Amino acid sequence: MRAYLGPVLAILWKDLLLEARTREVIVPVLLFAVLVVVVFNFAIEPRPALVAVVAPGVLWLAFVFASAMGLTRTFALEKEDGGIEGLMLCPVGRDVIYVGKMLGGLIFLLVVEALTLPIFAALFNLPIWQPELWLLVVLATIGLSAIGTAFSAMAVNTRAREVLLPVLFFPILVPVIIAAVEATGAIIEGDAWESYSRWLGLVAAFDAIFLVLGAITFDYVLGE
Amino acid sequence: MLASLSLIFLWVPTDAVLGVSQRIFYFHVPLAWVGFLAFGVVFVASAAYLWRGGDRWDSLAFASAEIGMLFMTMLLVTGVLWAKASWGVWWTWSPQLTTSLILWLIYAGYLMLRAYGPVGGQGARYAAVVGIIGFFDVPIVYMAAKWWRDVHPEAVVGPLAEEGSLEGSMYLALMVSLVAFTALFGLLLAQRYRLRRHEEALEVLRQRYD
Repeated sequence: MRAYLGPVLAILWKDLLLEARTREVIVPVLLFAVLVVVVFNFAIEPRPALVAVVAPGVLWLAFVFASAMGLTRTFALEKEDGGIEGLMLCPVGRDVIYVGKMLGGLIFLLVVEALTLPIFAALFNLPIWQPELWLLVVLATIGLSAIGTAFSAMAVNTRAREVLLPVLFFPILVPVIIAAVEATGAIIEGDAWESYSRWLGLVAAFDAIFLVLGAITFDYVLGE
Repeated sequence: MLASLSLIFLWVPTDAVLGVSQRIFYFHVPLAWVGFLAFGVVFVASAAYLWRGGDRWDSLAFASAEIGMLFMTMLLVTGVLWAKASWGVWWTWSPQLTTSLILWLIYAGYLMLRAYGPVGGQGARYAAVVGIIGFFDVPIVYMAAKWWRDVHPEAVVGPLAEEGSLEGSMYLALMVSLVAFTALFGLLLAQRYRLRRHEEALEVLRQRYD
């Protein structure tokens, strides 16, 4: 376990250090997520009666778009200076690289979401300081990062990479989007835990399946 | 195929409630079956390609994905036409419809990856990974769509799921149609697979003499 965790944390540390010095991922992605929330305000004209219905959808669209953007960015950085070849030369399994990159993406996205949520709450005047909502955000973001890491590692090596990642990414994510939007709506309305706990279960199952699949198949994604 | 067509249009009695449009049923169900079968073949071939290697599996996955797309497109088109005729709307978000549409989108992405991805082994591996991930996603999409509809009770009644019993002649026509469509799928798959092998052989030759 320790032998496994060491390299994972080293890769994670490398990504965090890089981000701390360049600020090339979190700042632009955060700005983008906030912009999506703001632009949707104009698109749907949030009357009080409408807000609780549309707000969860706006929030999760912002998060999903932001994750597609942020995860592409982390792999584009690896590709620019041949960083990914360096990682592949490391004497560690490819699943270790996957978990390391996945955790890096997860932390970036969680930071972006933690900063977007208060702005969202202020604009839509909604209660967000509920532990259930934050649990949901963490669970769903694990799913976004698990799929997004595997797909963006592929998409950076293709032509039309900016288009291809969302085209591959969004259909797979449909269950997470449905679950997150439904559960967020229920939490904001103050419904009982029982009425939405199954959505959290669905997201957790999604996370488990695609973390395992991502780790298994990452070997083939990186290639020789 | 001809026998099946004549059964569908000449022999089977017209449905009492739904009228002539019910005859779409004999195309719609086999199309769905073949569509899902084709994507199942993609999954098996993709997994076999990653574990065993060998270009044959890759060609099979590609050929099956293309034909699966063709059948899924026809499934959605017949579904939309039939829905308008029988329910009065073009589209509802019932679990089956949602799952079919998402499946169509996943494999549209798969074919796009084939078109824009890197050539050679790397591109084939990418496609195989997407083929596997897409397959595992389908039951989760179905579950999510099902629960999603449950909490919106104003949804229109689901499609065929509630259709209880089929009359004898209808059952026979459906079975003949299923067999015919599956045979058509097998035929198309074999042709597309052979064509794909030739394309790849040509590509190898071209690179050698360039």
